[in-house]
Formats: sequence, C-alpha cells, structure tokens
Amino acid sequence: MHHSIEIEQLYYSYPDGHQALRGVSLHVEPCEKVALVGPNGAGKSTLILHLNGILNGRGQVRVAGLPVVKENLGKIRARVGMVFQNPDDQLFSPTVYDDVAFGPIYQGLPQEEVRQRVEKALAVVNMSDYLQRVSHHLSVGEKKRIAIATVLSMDPEILILDEPTAGLDPRARRSLMKLLENLDITMLVSSHDMLMVRELFPRMVIMDDGCIVADGPTQELMADEALLNAHGLEKP
Amino acid sequence: MLLAPFLSPQPMHIPDGFLSPLVSIILWVFSILVIAYSLKRVNEDLGERQVPLMGVLAAAIFAGQMLNFTVAGGTSGHLMGAAIATILLGPWAAILMMTTVVGVQALIFQDGGLLALGANIFNMGVIGVATSYFVYRSIRRIAGEKSWGVFLGGFLAAWISIVVAALAVALQLALSRTSPANIAIPAMAGIHALIGVGEGLITIGALALIYAARPDLLRSSKQGVTGGNALWVGGLAIALALAIASPLASSHPDGLEWVAEQQGFLNTARGPLYQIIPDYVFPGISNQVAATILAGVFGTLIVFGVALAVAYSRRKRRLGEVRQTQ
Amino acid sequence: MHVHFLDPYRPGSSPIHQLDARVKLILTLAYILTAALTPIGAWPVYILLLAWAVTIEILSELGVGFVLRRAALALPFVLAALPVIFTAPGAALIHLPIGPWMLTITLPGVERFISIALKSWISVQMAIVLAATTSFPDLLTAMRAIKVPRLLVAIFGLMWRYLFVLVDEALRLMRARLSRSGESDRPDLKAGGALIWRAKVAGGMAGSLFLRAIERSDRIYMAMVARGYDGEVRAAPLPRLSRRDWLTLWLCLGLLLALLTSAALF
Ligand SMILES: Nc1ncnc2c1ncn2[C@@H]1O[C@H](COP(=O)(O)OP(=O)(O)O)[C@@H](O)[C@H]1O
Ligand SMILES: [Mg+2]
Repeated sequence: MHHSIEIEQLYYSYPDGHQALRGVSLHVEPCEKVALVGPNGAGKSTLILHLNGILNGRGQVRVAGLPVVKENLGKIRARVGMVFQNPDDQLFSPTVYDDVAFGPIYQGLPQEEVRQRVEKALAVVNMSDYLQRVSHHLSVGEKKRIAIATVLSMDPEILILDEPTAGLDPRARRSLMKLLENLDITMLVSSHDMLMVRELFPRMVIMDDGCIVADGPTQELMADEALLNAHGLEKP
Repeated sequence: MLLAPFLSPQPMHIPDGFLSPLVSIILWVFSILVIAYSLKRVNEDLGERQVPLMGVLAAAIFAGQMLNFTVAGGTSGHLMGAAIATILLGPWAAILMMTTVVGVQALIFQDGGLLALGANIFNMGVIGVATSYFVYRSIRRIAGEKSWGVFLGGFLAAWISIVVAALAVALQLALSRTSPANIAIPAMAGIHALIGVGEGLITIGALALIYAARPDLLRSSKQGVTGGNALWVGGLAIALALAIASPLASSHPDGLEWVAEQQGFLNTARGPLYQIIPDYVFPGISNQVAATILAGVFGTLIVFGVALAVAYSRRKRRLGEVRQTQ
Repeated sequence: MHVHFLDPYRPGSSPIHQLDARVKLILTLAYILTAALTPIGAWPVYILLLAWAVTIEILSELGVGFVLRRAALALPFVLAALPVIFTAPGAALIHLPIGPWMLTITLPGVERFISIALKSWISVQMAIVLAATTSFPDLLTAMRAIKVPRLLVAIFGLMWRYLFVLVDEALRLMRARLSRSGESDRPDLKAGGALIWRAKVAGGMAGSLFLRAIERSDRIYMAMVARGYDGEVRAAPLPRLSRRDWLTLWLCLGLLLALLTSAALF
C-alpha cells in the first residue's frame, strides 16, 4: 500500500518573489489524521495547495501513490477532497444539490449515480434535508458542512481541510468536530484550534516561516510549552 | 488565417492606431454625452448608495471577466458583462460601470487604447447596454412576472450585446480603412454569434444563482427607470441600424470606402502638398528616402544623447551617495 | 489578497515619475493623437515619434526592454489589419497563388499595414509608461483636472479600491472549481461534463461574485454613512502645477505640433 502523502524537499516562491515554502518534507500514512498548525503566514495553505497541483513548487510531491505532475492532475483531484477556508468560494450553484453534484457530474458519472452520491454525502454531514436549499442563505456552519459534502461526493481517498473551525460558533464547531471524528479517511487539517487538534488528531506538524519545525505525537508536542511559544502557539 | 485576430479572447478592445482620428473623436464625443446623461439619471435612480454600489460591482465585473469555461481545443469562453450589469442595476448605472471597467482596462492594463477608449466605451458600454436593455425589457414585458422572462431575456440580451458590439468594432475598423468591410464584418459577426452564445449561457447561470438567492434584485418593477423608454427606443434603433448597415457594408464595401475617403483629410492633403513643395520637407532635401534617413540619424542621436545623460547623472548620483556614506 | 503584482505601477524617482500626473496624462493623449493624425507612410515622422517614445522610456528609468516586452503583448490585434495588404488598391507587389485563388499584395496595402502597426506600437508604449510611472490616486487627480465628473471619479476610485479584493475572490472561486474537477479511474467515464453545464457553472460563479459584491457594497455604504457620508462626493482642491510642469507641458505640445506640421507637409 502506498503512502497517502509524500512530500520531499518542497520549495515554493510566489510570483511576487515571496518564498513561502523552504524545503518541506512530510509523509502521511493511509487513514492517519494529521493536524497542521503554525502562525498566520507560516505556509500551511501554500503547502496544502500543492497537494492537488494548484501550485507547483520545486521538489517532489506524491499523493495517493501518484506523482503530482500534469498528466495525473485529473486523477489526483478526484482522489483528494480539498475544503477551502471560505466555504463561499466552494458554493457557486443555485442549490445545495447542484453544488454537491459538481464533482460527480464533472467526472462524467451517470445521473442516477450522481444522485446517490449527493444523497450519501449529505447524509454523512447530516444535511439531508437541505437538498433543494439555496446555499447563499445558509449559516457559516451549514455552509462549511455543505462544502465538506461537495468533496465527499467525489469519494476521495484523502480529505484536506484548511482551517475548518475558523469563524464557527461553539455549537457549529462542536458538530463539525463530531463529523470529522466519525470520518474514516486520511485527513490533513490545518488549524489554529488547539483544543480541536488535541481532541481529534493523534499527530501534529508545526510549521513556521515556510519550514516544518516539529512533527510528532500531539500529546508530546503539546506538552512542550517552550516549543509552542516559540512558534506563536498556545497550550490549550 | 485571416480570421485569427478575430478569434482572440478579447477582440473587442480596439487598441490605438487602428481607428482614424475622426472616428475616434466622434465616438468620444458621443460617449461623453451619454455618460453625462447617465450620471444625471443615476443620481435620481440610486441616490446616495450609488458610489459604493457601482464601484464595487464594476470591480466585480472586471473580476468576473476572468471567470472562464473550457469550450474546446484550448479555447475558453469569458463574460463581458454588459447585459448582466444592465439587468442588475438598470441601463444608466450599467453604462457607468462598463465605462469604469473599460476605462481601467485601457488606462492601467493597456487593454484597448486611450484615444480609442471613446469607441470602446461606445461599443461595450453604450450600445452593448442599450441593446441589452431593449431586448431584456421587451421580453420581460411579454413574460410578465414569469421566470422564463428573466432567463430568456437574459440570454438574448447577453447574446445581442456581444454581436452588436462586434459589428460596431468591424464597422469602425472598416470606416477607418483598417480592415476591409467584406472581411471584417462577416468574420466578426460570425464568430461573435458563437461567442455571444457563451455570454448568454454564463448570463443564464449567473441569473439562476441570483434568482434563487435574491429574487428581489430581479423584480421587473426595478427595471422601469426614468428615461428608460428613450433608451429602449435607442436600443431598438441601434440594433436595427446595425442589422441593416452591416450586410450592406460587407456586400458593398465600396460604399463604405467612399465614406471613409471623405474623412481622410490629412491623407488626401498629403499627395498634392508633396508635389508642390517637396523641398520643404526638410530644407534642402527633396527626397523622401533622404528625409527618412535623416530622421533616423536625428532620432538615434536624441536617444543616444538622453541615454548618455541619464547614465551620467545616475553615476554622479551614485558617486554622491558613496561620498556621503564615507 | 496578493494579486497586487497585477498593478503595473512601479514606484521610482525618475524625471518622468516626478512629472505631474495631469501633465503626463495630457501629453500621453496628445502623443497618441499625433500618432493617429500622422498620415500613412510618413516614415520620418514615425521614426521621430519612436525616438520620442524611447527617450521617455530611458528617462523613466523603467528600462526600454520592460516597456517593449509589455508592448508586444498588445500586438496581436495587429493581425486584424492584415487583410488590408491584399485589399488596398494600388501597384501590385507580390502575387500569391493560394489554391484556386490569386491573392495580390499591393504596395499601398503594405504601407498602410506597417503604418497601422507602428502607430499602435508606439501609442501603447506611451500608455505603458503612463501606467507604470503614475500611481492610481494620481491618475484620479489627473482625471479630475481634465474635468471628468466627480461622481465618475469617485466610482473609479472605489472600483480600484476593491478591484484586487474581487480579483482575488474570482481566483479563489476558480481554484475551488479546479480542485473538484477530477477524473474518475473508471475508463468508461469521460470527464468534463457538457458544454452548457460548464458555461452555467461559470455563470454561477459570476453570479455569486456579483451577489457578494452587491452585499459588500451595502456594508461599505453603511460604513461610509457611519463616518459622515451623505451622498455628496467631495474632493480636495487640485494642487497648482509647478513652473517646470507648465514648461514641460507647453514645450512637448509645441514639439508634437511641429512634428504634426512636418507630417502634413509630406
Ligand atoms: N498569492 C500570494 N502571493 C504572494 N504571497 C503570498 C500569496 N499567498 C500567500 N502568500 C504569502 O506566503 C506566506 C504563506 O502564506 P499562507 O500559506 O497563506 O500561510 P498560512 O496559511 O499558514 O497562514 C505568507 O507570508 C503570505 O503572505
Ligand atoms: Mg491559511
């Protein structure tokens, strides 16, 4: 069985010259749940965008057993479910159904199968009643769940979430955590929510200034207060 | 191969150099008049919300023009936005928003020329909006409060705004004797009849989302703006005029050629003057080739001199800095 | 929000940067008008206009290469004028047999085509220098000076303020769509969806962009009202032009007029 994510010595500079990744290496096993933490601007989002070839840095990236190169991008995007920080960017159809159906329709699945996928994905995120609702009017928490459903409908091998609990009220946060806890799938989640990290993620990776500065069991790293403080984090 | 330029993604923005001065200036004057009238109208319709609403939505139209969809073989469809702007905020605000979008494109991104800006505003702003308004409003009137009016109206308004703007570009190029009418008009019309379908589909998609989320923005009572009837007639007139003029001009290019010749005043002045006073081109030189060479030498000297002067002053400045730091 | 690298403005302290934006705008327009008025085939004048442009580029310290590279991007439209080399009446230059047809390239046609391409090329160079040496707020001042109505200037200003925010939003929408545009492993499936569906999705993205813009403008409006906005656009009086700016303005206008006169004599 392949690693889910293999990154070797990844470097990336934005077009304006800003160097956002300076030699990042990371391996994630199938069904592992890994949290990616670090201060704003550490490069978490940049790293994540390399995992389905939206950005292309120098270095090697393999995802779900495939090297991230142009010929594989279609396959990789079907296997990686990427949920962006702002759900509004992901919801651009008149109804929830259309949004969740986007991935399966794009893959060319027959109509009946699309429908089954959509219903299943919405059931997983507990939003089955929202099929015909207008995404625009939902609350942030609801939008977040729909955004997750839009990638679950593609049946991905790996789920990647960028700051999933940012901006949620306590109840929405709690129910999102429950949802993530019950999903049995490889997961890489960037977050500032240390409480959630401690609760859900056995492994934690700390990034700062484009580098990975620590990688290990969450319990151990959380106990090292000096390490956390040095990288702008707080012990929960 | 002759069609290639008409296939580029944004063949609507005419750069400088392609329109004769007279055509440019007439269209500038016309656009300015329409903009002035729109400003007056918008004041009455939108009141004090106008600046933030039009400013931000103009930025959204600019950004929305980047959204694309794959058509086939590496080509993609884009949005121009005149129709959706008209549908959302009414024709007067749409004219102003398209003016801002086209203006920033010319001024900052050199997408379209500055002298040609009047023409570009005229094509994408004024007549794109006027014909969209005419079509959308007519269909909404027929459909009443039924939703198919929004979508059919939106599709046709978007389609016609593209086709009409493209025909206007072709006519202006032909009038400027830059592109022959019998090639430019059929090429632009044919290709934009297809591109217009893309615009229409994107517009339907946008309307579907807005209709689902905020139907209040599409209520037909919002469309009855002051001065709207005059514009409705204007849109009809423009559509008719182009529909009649374009096939005429492309099948009788000589007619257009004749019109074009009437305005080439400098060009017509050129021949006789050249014969009468050839010696005065540059005193003592009666030969145009020699004048060209002289201009080349003179130009090179200027450029060279300035380059030297700049290099020298930079060096002096740097030396000065070095001295100061020591 | 990082798309500012789209903004062509490059700060600097060259003489062209220091020239008042109003003078720059007027002179750029005058230059482009001169190029437009220069007759077809008046080569000496084109050469002098080009020398003028290169001079300005050197003085602006942007680098001639930078301007020429950008100017080349604006060039493809030139092909729209290509047919004139066959259709302008006059002495035949070359006959090209293409299949059953015979295309004839004429001398006046070639002259006309090259003239159009040159006019376009030198005009866009000056427009590039203007945009690269003048900040947008200064351009807004210049617009006011040439009597663009205050309301329109205010719309331009607000549009510029939110342009990069919304371009960024559009890019993020496209990024999210791309992320879900996957290919199934099943060989019987063809990815991409129907053309009409793709167009409608792009439309949905545009619609959501517009909707969010309208709702954002409501919030901006309220924030403006909270700071005392009453619908009236006010602006500080325009600063006076320095002696040097006036001198540059009249000198350059005079030179352009002289060039134009010599062009008329050809
Ligand atoms: N599009 C961009 N252009 C230039 N710099 C960027 C861009 N996006 C992010 N950056 C910069 O790259 C660094 C890493 O950003 P990001 O990956 O978003 O950090 P994080 O997600 O950890 O907060 C930051 O310094 C940020 O300012
Ligand atoms: Mg981030």
